[in-house]
Amino acid sequence: MSDQQVDNGKRTWLIATGCAGAVGGVATAVPFVSTFQPSERARAAGAAVEVDISAIKPGEKLTVEWRGKPVWIVRRTPEQVAALAKMDGELADPKSDRTQYPTPDYAKNEARSIKPEYFIAVGICSHLGCSPSDKFQTGPQPSLPDNWSGGFLCPCHGSTFDLAGRVFKNKPAPDNLEVPPHMYLSDTKVLIGEDKKA
Amino acid sequence: MAEFKEAPAGAPLGEQLLTWVDNRFPASKLYKEHMSEYYAPKNFNFWYIFGSLALLVLVIQIVTGIFLVMHYKPDAALAFASVEYIMRDVPWGWLIRYMHSTGASAFFVVVYLHMFRGLLYGSYRKPRELVWIFGCGIFLCLMAEAFMGYLLPWGQMSYWGAQVIVNLFAAVPFVGPDLALLIRGDYVVSDATLNRFFSFHVIAVPLVLLGLVVAHIIALHEVGSNNPDGVEIKGPNAPKDAQGHPLDGIPFHPYYTVHDIFAVSLFLMVFTAIIFFAPELGGYFLEYNNFIPADPLKTPLHIAPVWYFTPFYSMLRATTDDLVTVLCLITGLAAVLAFLKGRFPGAAKVGILVAAVVLIALLKTFDAKFWGVVVMGAAVIILFFLPWLDRSPVKSIRYRPDWHKWMYVVFVLFFFVLGYLGIKPPSDIGTFIAQVGTLFYFGFFLLMPYWSQIGKPKPVPERVTFHAH
Repeated sequence: MSDQQVDNGKRTWLIATGCAGAVGGVATAVPFVSTFQPSERARAAGAAVEVDISAIKPGEKLTVEWRGKPVWIVRRTPEQVAALAKMDGELADPKSDRTQYPTPDYAKNEARSIKPEYFIAVGICSHLGCSPSDKFQTGPQPSLPDNWSGGFLCPCHGSTFDLAGRVFKNKPAPDNLEVPPHMYLSDTKVLIGEDKKA
Repeated sequence: MAEFKEAPAGAPLGEQLLTWVDNRFPASKLYKEHMSEYYAPKNFNFWYIFGSLALLVLVIQIVTGIFLVMHYKPDAALAFASVEYIMRDVPWGWLIRYMHSTGASAFFVVVYLHMFRGLLYGSYRKPRELVWIFGCGIFLCLMAEAFMGYLLPWGQMSYWGAQVIVNLFAAVPFVGPDLALLIRGDYVVSDATLNRFFSFHVIAVPLVLLGLVVAHIIALHEVGSNNPDGVEIKGPNAPKDAQGHPLDGIPFHPYYTVHDIFAVSLFLMVFTAIIFFAPELGGYFLEYNNFIPADPLKTPLHIAPVWYFTPFYSMLRATTDDLVTVLCLITGLAAVLAFLKGRFPGAAKVGILVAAVVLIALLKTFDAKFWGVVVMGAAVIILFFLPWLDRSPVKSIRYRPDWHKWMYVVFVLFFFVLGYLGIKPPSDIGTFIAQVGTLFYFGFFLLMPYWSQIGKPKPVPERVTFHAH
């Protein structure tokens, strides 16, 4: 073996064909990996949803499905709206300045909504995608601080959110609940998934 | 090619047939190498049954899995009902299904004990590093199998468990959300996700798993089994008989096959008792919430993975902003100590300081959420490096300094505590204990090159200690 002359021409061709083969192999992987992407049918299923909100009583929540995710419509009582401003010091991002789930401009206010009374958000925790549960009852209770003034608790990892979907400090969730694009078609009809810009 | 043999004239038909086969396929050779002339140390204790039991559970899982697939429908609209159909309408379907679901937990019980045996007796030390690494690969495959299999019944825990774990990948900076989308094949866990997990669970991962099991056994039989004394029985100085067989070894068959059959019968008593009398095992083997069909709009009030994932899940939950700050402090402290006390050349010391500053900057740049995922992944991946972390002059715990045993006791205790906390809803005190446990877990492994060398080991005997029955 070792006393044989290296045929450099043959070696160059071996390397060239080897590289060409490797390129072909990688190229073959592309269609296989591409099948992992959402199908055309899944992409098409993201249409906007129209919701009638006239039946929600103050302090109640309605959940509708948009793009397979739960979207909450909470009708807050005046006391609940008033309590929002007091929370700022305990929140991780009270002004919704983070850009991971950008809050639409029309909801960039204390109540994170177009109308302070109605809060509309995607009910998916920004930590790992669980749906937080309602904790509208105020005061001390398990897994919640004693000065609790109403909001949501994620059952998976204990992140807490106030009634504007803003996450409390030092919790696993980094972001506030996502406010989906939405607009009011009339006083009692809201369209989730589209807004006036679009 | 081997020499062509002839069976003696008038030999029985069986011998003629075997000769015919052996001339074409190494049947007798394989049997000798892996069974009748595979010499295993004669001083094995009960810790050595779990390898064979793991193989038994693997066979149970494959056979029951094949039969379950005959009735199961991998479709989000039909999956839950098809599992209930197996449980109620398919004759003996409940038995096959409970064997498979209990088998999953049994697999982890057996494999955790098998790994702990390796830890006790230093079975991962040179020359068995690849045996250990293949084993860690098997453990990873098992975790993937268990996770994807748990989605298939399409119950509430299936759905939300998958939602949480797939979203772990979304925490990766920059590419995370696209990666999670690629895994789910949809914007939420859906029919597409169920179908691909089914494909991975029944064919892709089992193929890799089987390959790794074969590699694990081939590597083991190449280097020979370790034993509770950590003494090499096949080394150049080990005593051997006239044929060159180790005096401290006995053939695997018939000695350890009989020994293992006894263990198998004990195992099957427990296994069948669980299947017949407590197949859900109080919600630990099959969680009660999983008997509710998946509802994408409602997360169950309390969500927890199955018990075998909970130690790692606890570490994920323990990684809050506070813990990341603590990690920054530890990184800084370790770098300063290495700079002042470490026996490295000057350039390496500067390198360590720079690396520490970069790490601290990264720790503070990305969310605690991302680091939680890193911590959970690292807790498993760190096992691969164990052969190089352990620097103790002796292999077996029997000859380690006594306080090493206490290290292992505390390690196991924390592993159980982390596992327990992972089942419970989050609480402040629980998170704090989990944070201490997480730091101990990583300290145990990362400081092992340091602490495993401290203390005076006891004298290791020349030959294995063995008392004939």
